Amino acid sequence: MKSLKTYILAFVLMTLGLSAQAQLAGNIYIHDPSTIVKCDGKYYTFGTGSGGLISDDGYTWRTGAVRTGGGVAPDVIKIGDRYLVGYSSNYPGTRGYTKGDVITVWTKTLDPESPDFGYSEQELVAWAGADDDCWAIDQAFLLDPTTGRLWMSYGTYFGAIRIVELDPETGKRVEGNEPVDVAIDCEATALMYKDGWYYLLGTHGTCCDGTNSTYNIVCGRSKSPTGPYLDNVGRDMLEGGGRMVLSAGNRATGPGHFGLYVEDEGCEKMSFHWEADFDRSGRSTLGIRSLIWKNGWPVAAEPFKEGTFEIESERRGYALEIAVDFVRLAGGMRAFGVRDNEAVVSLEEQKLEDVIGGWPEGNIDVRANDYMFRPHQKWTITAVTDKGGYLGQPYYKITIAGTDRALAATADADLTSVPQYTGADEQLWRIEQLIDGTYRIMPKSIGGKANEHLCLVSTGDSSVGLGTYDFSSDNSKWNLRDR
Amino acid sequence: MFKSSTLKAAVAIIALSLSFFTKADAQSYLDVTQPMFEDYFTSSTTAPAKPDAKGFIRRWSLLEPIAKPELRSNNMFTDSWLRNEFAKEVFPGQMTVIPKDGDKVKLDKKTILKWHCVDSKLFNVKLYRFATGLGLHATEGLYQAVTVIEAPREMKVRLAVGSNSGSQWWLNGEDVLLLSNDRRMVVDDVVSKVITLKEGKNVLRGQIINGPGMSDFCVRFLDEKGNPVRNLKITNE
Repeated sequence: MKSLKTYILAFVLMTLGLSAQAQLAGNIYIHDPSTIVKCDGKYYTFGTGSGGLISDDGYTWRTGAVRTGGGVAPDVIKIGDRYLVGYSSNYPGTRGYTKGDVITVWTKTLDPESPDFGYSEQELVAWAGADDDCWAIDQAFLLDPTTGRLWMSYGTYFGAIRIVELDPETGKRVEGNEPVDVAIDCEATALMYKDGWYYLLGTHGTCCDGTNSTYNIVCGRSKSPTGPYLDNVGRDMLEGGGRMVLSAGNRATGPGHFGLYVEDEGCEKMSFHWEADFDRSGRSTLGIRSLIWKNGWPVAAEPFKEGTFEIESERRGYALEIAVDFVRLAGGMRAFGVRDNEAVVSLEEQKLEDVIGGWPEGNIDVRANDYMFRPHQKWTITAVTDKGGYLGQPYYKITIAGTDRALAATADADLTSVPQYTGADEQLWRIEQLIDGTYRIMPKSIGGKANEHLCLVSTGDSSVGLGTYDFSSDNSKWNLRDR
Repeated sequence: MFKSSTLKAAVAIIALSLSFFTKADAQSYLDVTQPMFEDYFTSSTTAPAKPDAKGFIRRWSLLEPIAKPELRSNNMFTDSWLRNEFAKEVFPGQMTVIPKDGDKVKLDKKTILKWHCVDSKLFNVKLYRFATGLGLHATEGLYQAVTVIEAPREMKVRLAVGSNSGSQWWLNGEDVLLLSNDRRMVVDDVVSKVITLKEGKNVLRGQIINGPGMSDFCVRFLDEKGNPVRNLKITNE
C-alpha cells in the first residue's frame, strides 16, 4: 500500500510479457481486473490503464485487449449483443484528494481486430467530489436476473460504497436515481445474485503493498440490491461487516477485485488479482478460482492440487477403478474379542507390484466399486501444461498410480483405460470444482472433436460412462479423496 | 483499488508518467470545499448523554490532531511500535487529563492544540472530518480521545473498538485494548477481555494514530452475552 517504488514498478512490469506457470499460463500481469467476459470465443479482462488480457482458452493469457479512456479499475458486462464497459476517471493530486468520476461506454465487440470494434461516447454515470465521503472509482455492474434492472456499485475505503441504477439500454444513469450507501471500509466491489439474495463483494485490507498487502475479498448479502447488506453474524457492511471469500495463501497475497463467471449451471468461477504472486517475482497477477457455496455464502475453492486420489462417485460413494480381478489380502478375518497377550502390528497395504502382473496389457474397462484403497482404485492426477486448458486451469491426465495407464474417452463416447498415456486429447481431462464442492470431470476431446458437454457420469452404482453434464444429478458429480 | 493516501500520491505520479488517467488535477483536499464540522459533530451539552441504540459512545473530548508528518504510510503500526509510540508523553497530563471544551495544550512554542467536547452525529467518530471541519490537516496525525462513563453499578463488560488505523485504549488508567497494523474501522473488530466498569464514573481514554487517508473509530461496551450495554451515562467531566 505504501511503497511508491513498488507500485510504480508493478505497473511498469505489468506491461511486459514475461513467462509464467502454475495455475495460469502466459502473461497474466494485471491489476484491478474487470469481470472476465467471453466475446466471439475469447476471454477478456481489462485492468487499470488502457489495456487488458485476452485468452483463447481461459488458461493461457496474453496482452492485447484494448479499452478506451484509461483510468482505473474497469468492469465489463454483456447486455444483449453489446458490451457495457465502465471505468473510473481519477483526479490524482496531493494526499487525500478523493475526487472521481465513473464513465460508461458501449462496444459491439471486445475484439480489437474486428471491424465492429469501437467505443461509443463516454457517459458520466456517477461522481463524487473531494468534499464527499465517497471516492467514485472501482465500479461494478449487476444485471438483475429477476427484474432486468442494471445496478452499479462503486467507491473505495474512503467513505461509502454506493449503488446507483443505470439504464440497461443506454448505459446512462436512470433519471432521478440517487445513490444509496451500502458499505464502508472496502473498495473494488462487485455485485451478484443467487437464490433470492443479492451479494455485495468488497475488498478489505491494504492494497498495493506487494507481498505485504493484506487485501482480502469479503461479502455481505441482502434481499434488495440497495441493501442492507449483512454478513454472516448480522453485521451491516455499513459497519464494516463482511464474510471472508478469499484471503492470502498458496504463495500469493492480496486477492482483490472479485468478478463472477458462470461457466455452467453449478459451475461458477471467480476472477481477481493477487497483489503479489510469490512465484512471479511478487508481481500483481490474474487469479481464477472455482467458486463454491457454503450455507448460502460464496467461498473461493482451494486451488486444485495434483496428487493421488480415490475418485468417488457422489451417486453411491463407490470408487472409480479399472476392471481387474480383486486380489484378496492374506489373513482373512480375525477373531473378535481382546487378547491381552497379543502384540499390535501394522498391516501392509496391497502394493502395485503385488497385482499389476495379473492385469491385462491392453485397454481395460473402468467401473465403480467399493473403495478398498487397492492399486487399481488409486488415480494420480497430473497437470499437463502444454496442451492448453479451460478457464482457470490446465488439462490433466488421470493415470493409475505408479503406472502410465490412463483414463480415456473412446471414439464412441464411452470410457476406458489405455495402457500408455500418449498425450492424445481423449486422455486429457478438465477437472472443475462445482459450487457444492464436488467435481465434474470432462474429457477434452471425443472422437477427435472438442467436447463441450459430456462428463464422467455414474450410469449405475457400479457402472460409469460419459454423459451430459447435469448439475441437478449426482450422477455427474465426483469427489476426489486422498485416503 | 487504493487504500491509502500514499497510494494516491503514487497514483498521481504514475498518471503523469504513464498517462493512465484521463484527467489530472493536482490539488490538495484542503484547497477544496470540505463538509462542515457541524455535518458530523455538535458541541456537547452539560446534560449527560447515553449510548446510542446500538450502544455506541458518541460523546468524546477530542484533541486537535498532533502532527506526525513522518507517517507516510501505516505499515509500521506493529504492536510494539504502537505501544512505544503511545507510551510517549507528548504533553503533561496526557494520560490523566479530563479536559474541558476549549482547554489548550501547548506542545511547543509554536504549537497549541485545543480540546473539543463533541457529540458525534454518526456511530463512528470521523477524526478525518473532525480535523477537516476545523480546517486542520487530517492525515498523518495522532489523536487523543477521552470520555467519562458513569455506570449505575459495577458491571462486567467487554470494550469493543474499531479504529482506522492503530489505536490503544485505557479504562481508568488500565491498558485494556490495542488495535495494531494498518486497520480499518469495523464494528466490534477488537474486543477486550472481560473488564470491570466500577459503579460511578470511569474514564475511557484512547489514542488513535493514522498516516494517510480516512481515520475514524467506534466504541461500545458489550455485556456477557455480547449485547451492547446502553444503561450508561456519558459525560465530559
